[in-house]
Amino acid sequence: MSQPTLAPRDQGAPDYTKYLHPLMAKNYGKWDYHERLRPGVLVHVAENGDKLYTVRAGSPRTMSADTVRKVCAIADKYCEGHLRFTTRSNIEFLVGKKENLDPLIQAVEKDLGWPLGGTGPSVSNISHTQGWLHCNLPGSDAAGSVKALMDDLIHDFKHEELPNRVHISSSCCQINCASHGDISIIVQHHHPPRINHKNMQICELPKVVAICPAAAIRPAVVDGVETVEVVEEKCMYCGACHGQCPSMEIRDAQTDTLSIWVGGKMSNARSAPTFMKLAVWGIANNPPRWPEVSAAVKTILKAYKEGGKPWERLGEWIERIGWQRFFEKTGFPFTRYHIDDSPEALSTLNRSAMLRL
Amino acid sequence: MSTERMPLNTTMLNELESGPWPSFVTDLKEYSKKRPVVAQLLNQLEESYQNKWNYWQGKILNAPGYGGGIIARVSDKASKYPGLANFHTVRVIEPPGWVYSTDALRDLADIAEKNGAGILQFHGMSGDVLLLGFDDAGSLQCAEDLMSNGWDIGGSGAAMRTLQCCVGQARCEMACYDTMKMTKHITDTFIHYLHRPEFVYKFKFKLSGCPNDCANAIVRSDMPIIGTWRGDMQVNQAKVAEFIEQKGMEYLIDNVLTRCPTRCLSVRGKELVVDNSDCVRCMHCINVMHKALKPGKDRGATILVGGKRTLKIGDTMGSVLVPFVKLETDEDRSNFTDFVEKVWEFWNDNGMDHERIGEFIYRIGMLTFLKGVEIEPDPRMISRPRTTSYIKFEELGPSRFEGERVQNPPVWNRESESRESL
Repeated sequence: MSQPTLAPRDQGAPDYTKYLHPLMAKNYGKWDYHERLRPGVLVHVAENGDKLYTVRAGSPRTMSADTVRKVCAIADKYCEGHLRFTTRSNIEFLVGKKENLDPLIQAVEKDLGWPLGGTGPSVSNISHTQGWLHCNLPGSDAAGSVKALMDDLIHDFKHEELPNRVHISSSCCQINCASHGDISIIVQHHHPPRINHKNMQICELPKVVAICPAAAIRPAVVDGVETVEVVEEKCMYCGACHGQCPSMEIRDAQTDTLSIWVGGKMSNARSAPTFMKLAVWGIANNPPRWPEVSAAVKTILKAYKEGGKPWERLGEWIERIGWQRFFEKTGFPFTRYHIDDSPEALSTLNRSAMLRL
Repeated sequence: MSTERMPLNTTMLNELESGPWPSFVTDLKEYSKKRPVVAQLLNQLEESYQNKWNYWQGKILNAPGYGGGIIARVSDKASKYPGLANFHTVRVIEPPGWVYSTDALRDLADIAEKNGAGILQFHGMSGDVLLLGFDDAGSLQCAEDLMSNGWDIGGSGAAMRTLQCCVGQARCEMACYDTMKMTKHITDTFIHYLHRPEFVYKFKFKLSGCPNDCANAIVRSDMPIIGTWRGDMQVNQAKVAEFIEQKGMEYLIDNVLTRCPTRCLSVRGKELVVDNSDCVRCMHCINVMHKALKPGKDRGATILVGGKRTLKIGDTMGSVLVPFVKLETDEDRSNFTDFVEKVWEFWNDNGMDHERIGEFIYRIGMLTFLKGVEIEPDPRMISRPRTTSYIKFEELGPSRFEGERVQNPPVWNRESESRESL
């Protein structure tokens, strides 16, 4: 029989053991400790004394095949042909020989033009979504806004001067694929979906009705066409229906804005993981460089750098000083919209007589 | 696809070429000389920037035998940019831990370039490698080439999604189980569910080797698997003394002892005293003193359930389902996947359309869920007991009058209802 074509092979995950750096394979499960030699450079030391160096650099995440080949040529020359990526889209060149470290750093910074950093108490690369480049739902871009923001935060990517690490995420609709971060930038819509009744037949109406978290969508007949209607009072502008049905347009180029959320934390270190909370809203969605976003993020980072104690994550710092003081220090207005009205809202109120007066 | 490159018209995008961060615009502009369709992509993106509007719509396209993995995109501006009429993404299951040889990366670059626009992303938010820019035939040929070279395409839709894990034991002294092996085991065991969407909605696993949770499992996956240990942590007192000499006693007090969430650390001379019975495995002291302190030797993982972002009921955090499980042997790993099948069965039998497992638990209640998946309640599952006093104590209810029907029994009692009526 000839090779099967276009049939499911169900091969599963690639055999990672083939891709491990030789020192990773040799010392798998036998690592002793690690150190940060300088921002962007780590050394992991195995129980037997073997040393594996890691050079971490910010990658643009989106790359052409030729750029991937350039990366490969560098890794072939200095890294025994092995590298990896991190959760936040940093690239990590893995180096077995110490003498290769300096020429590798030279090649990454000069030839590739990618900055070293993102280790220890620094701002790491931004987790982001697909945006206008290739998504069907976005109200903003992702790769471009991340590029512009990282340009402005480059000092804190390349230096370890913050109280603890800062993870930033950026999402271009309210589904928020990039999820939580110490700082998170998310598009905000401001009107109920605008229904294209003539084009509703491309969607499964019961699914459009069922997907609404606010039960605001109900079947309707408009001009003799079977469609849906939205109870505007109930609608919370989340856009869940837009993901289900493109005829439920939630975006508006003129009125969509961005909001910034703070204090999300995945790690269990010191305090339990936390969700992010609203910091500032109504920020202009302003391509190509979104300067208003940069300014707000820098304001937050400056206050955190000044006030945070060593090892405190952004959210832990705010919990210690209190939200009242967070708004004082950043100058962001505290508004009625900062008070939660979701089903979890009562647990977010100050249910005590403990106040700073 | 056309072979002529249309002139680039990227006034706003050009502003993303300056500055120290690497620019995808510069990269793609250069690459468009080789792949003219990329110029069309950039020009459409420029229009998005100018008009703050998006020009992509979705459609459905699948490789034969697969129900996901190709994210089909068609452009609203196909008459202007014919190369974008069909311009799809193919998701590829990444090597666990995102480790690559250069041969593997070149292979992906070659496949992406041969069949499509030659744009790659490392990585998507579910963990997959994303290859961008294939027309219908190119997408299928890309899938075929990937499979021929040992790769497999990733998940989409109401399916088990591609997994992601931290680097784990391959390069981290803190990993409490083999995250890469476990990721491969789950992927391969359930590859059918990854490729053929048949759940009520999507289901994500993310695996972290320790509670630092570098894979962001707890808020980003339906079943976070987070490494931990039982018993005492490992303390090397000589290294503790070294740490104190280097950093000073004040540093130890301010940054280690007083930052312990359960105050289970104290110091006697230059010796660290650990009340292990109170340690909650938060990792902070180990992070700060990682030469002196290590996780204990009896290692495994905590299984949580229900993490996801805000749609539709608000953010849900994964919460403890199984406090500790060993994940060392093949038997341990297959016991885990057996357990997952039981969880999936209960969720898919009783969940509503488009209902993630966290939303399902929110609706039916954790105590009902535990009963459904046959797990005994454990005080480590909660942060505090209930405060609401309205409780249906099954043990304390009076027996039913003769002939009295249970009108609407809870799901776990549905079979016993028929027995009652016998």
